Formats: sequence, structure tokens, C-alpha cells
Amino acid sequence: MSDIIRRDPRAEWIMRNRLHPLHEQYASQEEGGEVRGPSGLIRKFPHKVGFIGPNGIKRIDRLKGNATAPKGKRSAAAQEVQLPLHKVDSPDYYIMMVADMVGGRLTGHDKDILGLAHKLIVEQGGNGAVVAVCFGEVKEDNFDTAGVDRVLHIEGEAFEGYAPEARVQALTKVEAQYSVKHWLFPDSIHGGCDLASRLAARLGERPATQAWQVNAEQSVSRGASASLDITRQTPKILMLLEECADAIDETRHEATPMFLDDVSVAAATIKDKGLIAVDPNAIPMAEAEFILSAGNGIHNWDQFHEASKVLGATEGASRVAVDDGFMPRSRQVGATGTWVTARVYVAVGISGAIQHMQGIGQVDKVVAINTDAGCDMVKRAALSVIGDSEEILAELMKLVAEHKQTSLSDQAEENSNAA
Amino acid sequence: MPHKVISLISVGRHPQSGRSRRADQDSRAVELGLKLAGTDLDVVHAGNAEEPVLRQYAGMGLQKVTVLEQTETADAIPALSSYLKAEKADIVLTGVRSESGESSGMTPYLLAEQLGWPIVARVADIVEIKDGEAQVLLALPRGQRRQVTVKLPFIASIDNAAQAARQSAFGPGLRAKMDTQTGSTEEDNVRVNWSEAPAKARPKRLKVVKAKTAADRFKAATAKPQGGLGKVMKNESAQEKAQAIFDLLIEEKVIR
Ligand SMILES: Cc1cc2nc3c(=O)[nH]c(=O)nc-3n(C[C@H](O)[C@H](O)[C@H](O)COP(=O)(O)OP(=O)(O)OC[C@H]3O[C@@H](n4cnc5c(N)ncnc54)[C@H](O)[C@@H]3O)c2cc1C
Repeated sequence: MSDIIRRDPRAEWIMRNRLHPLHEQYASQEEGGEVRGPSGLIRKFPHKVGFIGPNGIKRIDRLKGNATAPKGKRSAAAQEVQLPLHKVDSPDYYIMMVADMVGGRLTGHDKDILGLAHKLIVEQGGNGAVVAVCFGEVKEDNFDTAGVDRVLHIEGEAFEGYAPEARVQALTKVEAQYSVKHWLFPDSIHGGCDLASRLAARLGERPATQAWQVNAEQSVSRGASASLDITRQTPKILMLLEECADAIDETRHEATPMFLDDVSVAAATIKDKGLIAVDPNAIPMAEAEFILSAGNGIHNWDQFHEASKVLGATEGASRVAVDDGFMPRSRQVGATGTWVTARVYVAVGISGAIQHMQGIGQVDKVVAINTDAGCDMVKRAALSVIGDSEEILAELMKLVAEHKQTSLSDQAEENSNAA
Repeated sequence: MPHKVISLISVGRHPQSGRSRRADQDSRAVELGLKLAGTDLDVVHAGNAEEPVLRQYAGMGLQKVTVLEQTETADAIPALSSYLKAEKADIVLTGVRSESGESSGMTPYLLAEQLGWPIVARVADIVEIKDGEAQVLLALPRGQRRQVTVKLPFIASIDNAAQAARQSAFGPGLRAKMDTQTGSTEEDNVRVNWSEAPAKARPKRLKVVKAKTAADRFKAATAKPQGGLGKVMKNESAQEKAQAIFDLLIEEKVIR
């Protein structure tokens, strides 16, 4: 028999209604019948009152069966809800969404646009599939719940790093191979806008840029430094602002891989020479990608500054560290300081007061170094190590120094091989 | 041989008052052009030669401004591309996005496509030009910089991270020559069908809690950070702990 308890609304209704002609019958069924003593009085058997609850404890129902909840044993512990699967078999057309994939994962911006893509398919009708086109390294494992029907991962050395020319060539091949209804790009500084403009120029399409209100017929986009709303017919290529639609959260999708037949590209005229080392403390803290933040648990400040230099991290601080005069006010993270957006935030000796937590709300990965395993920062962190900050920072610096040494010697070897 | 550098300029819009002004990125493009070519820099505008804003650009120390005279609704691309071809430009500098009109930022891309030149977007600086190749610094998000090399001729769109423009001097600006040529007469036919209105404020996204039961809603409103999601290392040696952090930093690519 199945585990599912079925309610009988009629029976419940009769149980609630004491004036119902059948009430007596139902109520006595529930309680095991009425017992009359030898003198005709109604007797209650005290040991028969109540029932055994789900964890083995006797419960007495003082509502006398008037509670509306279904009776009987509770179903098994709440299972993880499986969202319904949205399936698209042999689609008629595709909506290509070229994701930014900052750090190899879908950004919030990407997810909003995936939501919009599904909205467009619903409005246009037909059997359309949403494709996430990604380049380079992909670490995302939640394509299915983000609303991706197909994943087109274009791999190859030519597409790694800064390669807009190779990427746009691949996209024109996608256009030739599949029937693409729309190209959606995030209008972002992470490369989405650049790639979209290149593709639009290549295909000779007029894109809508900074679009923020889009449906199947019309799209509204910003112009003249965001002082103008331009309404026009929805074009093939769209560059969308953040929060242009709501992300998918009620369905699961197949996220089956798709392939591009021909990934050969012509030699690039722009050659990538890699990232340039910038002084991490010159980057505005609100923008910094990697922050090493110090709190009241730091006792060796010289070591902390050295650690941030070795790691190449921007320095941050809790309010206590600032108030005590160890760090400048401009470095304070939190409600009364800077709200940071780092991808990685290493909190050394910070307890995680709510005022501090507000400031790191947008951080992806928090690493906590703390002596107290029960503090709030440990609860927020993706990785927490419990121990003395000085000791762990010293070990960490050693590892990073070793790593730099080996990568330097690797490079030297490569150079000597090339020579 | 000195290189032919051309900066393209447009009419900007002050973000608060809405008055026309030197566009921020375009004036940075002029500044970078002055750094690369000195007074040989050619500054080109497609539009109205009477526009007073052009004098503000000229006040940065330009002898003359080339204007390809055309109406406001005409397409600037054909005029600019034929001018660039005729002048045999080596480096063309533009802003990333204009501050007036459609602001699509497509101008440099369309020019590059028509001329068949490479385009580098969001340039912070052009470091040096040697052997027909330029070393260019690109501005990336989060204050990062990337170095690329690109063969001449090319088009570069200049980011806000580039050197800020110098002050504009009023008198020299007035005295500068406006060298007018005829621009294109091709009208922008697509744009005629658009409707334009002052920008509406975008609605703020509300945090909607999609909870099925009252208990879930209560939890969503009051819950403290839950433990158990992250990994906690307690009894390992300090070295193992440091290694775990190090691995995470490498995986996230913040240490290179
Ligand atoms: C109106 C208002 C605004 C505020 N705004 C801010 C704000 O913007 N930013 C902010 O940060 N704070 C702010 N605060 C202060 C905030 O409430 C906390 O007091 C502060 O964040 C605590 O800083 P902390 O975590 O560094 O110190 P503590 O709470 O003292 O925590 C120190 C932590 O270090 C650990 N520790 C100790 N020794 C070691 C060791 N040797 N190795 C490793 N760990 C160790 C301890 O276990 C503890 O968890 C504000 C407060 C108020 C009232």
C-alpha cells in the first residue's frame, strides 16, 4: 500500500459538525465506541485515551477528533522536492543564450536572461529550446535548475582566455548549423556586450542594446546614457540588462549537450598576452575580486600585511580592527563600511556580526579562519578552518611561495625549451 | 614614420542636467590620441559643424576638427568608413558607447567590419607601437588589466579607465578651424519606426518568498545562517588546513 495518506474531506466535515445525523457514528468509530457502565452511565477507559505519536510518545487529542488534519501516521520525513522536468524533444527553433560564465559559473545576470528566454518561447509558441552557449572552462553543475534545455560548450585552445575573434567565428557557425530565433547576450562588461556587438556586425543584424523589457513583439531598451526608452520590434540579437526577467525556479530542464560540427577558426589578429599584475590595494574594495579581511583575531599585523601581499589579495577589515587603529577606515567591510562583491573572501579572526555579514552578502565563497567553531562566520563560510590565525597564515604563505617558485621555474623551462 | 591616428568624437550629454557636453569616453579617446600622435592627431565628427560642443573638444589643444557634414538622422557609418579609408588611418579611437542617440556602442564594430580591421574593446591604454604592432592594455572588470598585441591598422574603443581628458581651453577652442567635408546622405530607415520616450524608472525587484506553507514563510523571514553547508576542518594539522584553503584559492583562480 502506498505511504500517502488520503484525506476524506466528507468524513472530516462530519466529524466537525456535531449536529450531523451521522456524527455519532463517525465519532464512535474514531474513538473505539462508547462504553456504558452497569448503571448505564458513560464510562471512559483512561488507558485507551489518546494514541501513540510519530516518535513513540503518547498523545491525547483534546480536540476530540475535531482537528482537521488527517489522522494516522505521518508520512516519512520531508523528501527533497523534485521539480517537474521540462522536456523539449526535437525543437523547431533555438534561443541561443551566450553566457558570461564568470569564473566558470552562470552569473545572476545569465540566469535572468535564461528566464527571459523561456518567457519568449512561451509567448511565441512552438517547440523552442533554450541553449546556453559557453566558452572556456565550465564549473557549473546547476544548468538543469537554471533553465537550460541544451548546453553548447565550445571547447578548444583557440577559445581560451581573451579570444573574441575566435568566439565570434564559432557563433557564426552556430548560426549556420542551427535554426536560431534569437541571440541573447548579457549587456555586461564581462565580455557579453563585446561579443554581441561583434556578432551583430558580422551578421548585419541591428541589435537592441541595454534592453530591459522584452516580449515576443516589442522590446524596450535604454538609449542616450540611460535617459531614453526606445521601443521597437524585438530584433534577432538582444543585449539585455540585469533583472530583465525572473530566473527559472520552478522547473528542471534537461541540459543535454549539443555540438558544433566545425570548430576550426582562422588565426587571431589580436594576441592575448595575459593578465597584468595590478596592485590589489589600488583596486576599489567594492570591486575587488579577492579580499583577505582581518578582524579582532589577528594579533600579528605585520604578518597579515605580508600575507595579503603574498596572496595578491586586497585587504579588508572588520570594524574592531579599524576602531583599534590597525587598519584605515576605508578598509572597513560591512554595514557602515564598504559592501564588497568579491568572489572569494577570506575572513581571518572575524566573528561574523550581522553588521559585518551585511557587507559580504554578495560574496560567492567565504573562507573562515577562526578559533571558534561556533561563530556565525563559520556558518556562512564554504570552508572553515578552526585554528590560530597566525599559524595558518604562516603555512598558507609557505604554500603560495612554493607554488610561485614552481610556476616560475616551469615558465623558465618553457622559455628555454622554446629558445 | 609617424602613425596616422584618428579620434572620433560625438556630442555628449551631462548625466544630471542633460546639457550637451564633451562626451567622457570620447574626450579620453582624444587625450589618448594626443599622447600617441601629438598635434598630428586628426579628430573627426560626423554631424553638424555648427555644434558648439566641438569647440570644447578643440579646446584640448587641437588646430582643427574635421567635420563630415550631415543631418542628424543620417547614418554616420558610410561617411566615416570612406573617410578612414581615404585617410589611410593606422589607429582609430572611439568611445565605448555614445552618450546621446541610440547609445548602442555599435559604431566601432560596424566600422571594423566594413574596413576588415580588428577591433579591441575597452582599452585603458596603448603602451607602445612597434613594427606595425601595438601593445594595448584592456580594462577588465574588477580593476584588472589584460595586455594584448594587435596589428595596425585597428580600431579601439576607449574605456573610462583610460587617462582622463585634459581641461578644455575656451579661447583656443574658439580659434580652432572647422574643416568641413560632405558626409553621407543615407538616412537611418530602421530608426524611423521606433518610438522614443524619456526613460521610466525601472521597478526594483522584490524579494518574493515562494513558500507553500506558513511555517516556510516564517522560516524564510527569521532564519539565521544555517550551518552544515560548508566544510569545517577542526582536528587536522595546520598544514592540512592551509592546504585546503590553498586548493580552494587555486580552484577559484584567484592565485595564479
Ligand atoms: C551601528 C553599528 C555598525 C557597525 N558596522 C560594522 C561594520 O560596518 N563592519 C564591521 O565589521 N562591524 C561593524 N559593527 C561592529 C560589529 O557589531 C562587530 O562588533 C564587529 O564586526 C566584530 O568584529 P570582529 O569579528 O573582528 O571581532 P570579534 O567579534 O571580537 O571577533 C573576533 C573573532 O576572532 C576569533 N579569534 C580570536 N583569536 C583568534 C586567533 N588567534 N586566531 C583566529 N581567530 C581568532 C574569535 O574566535 C572571534 O570569532 C557595527 C556595530 C554597530 C553597533
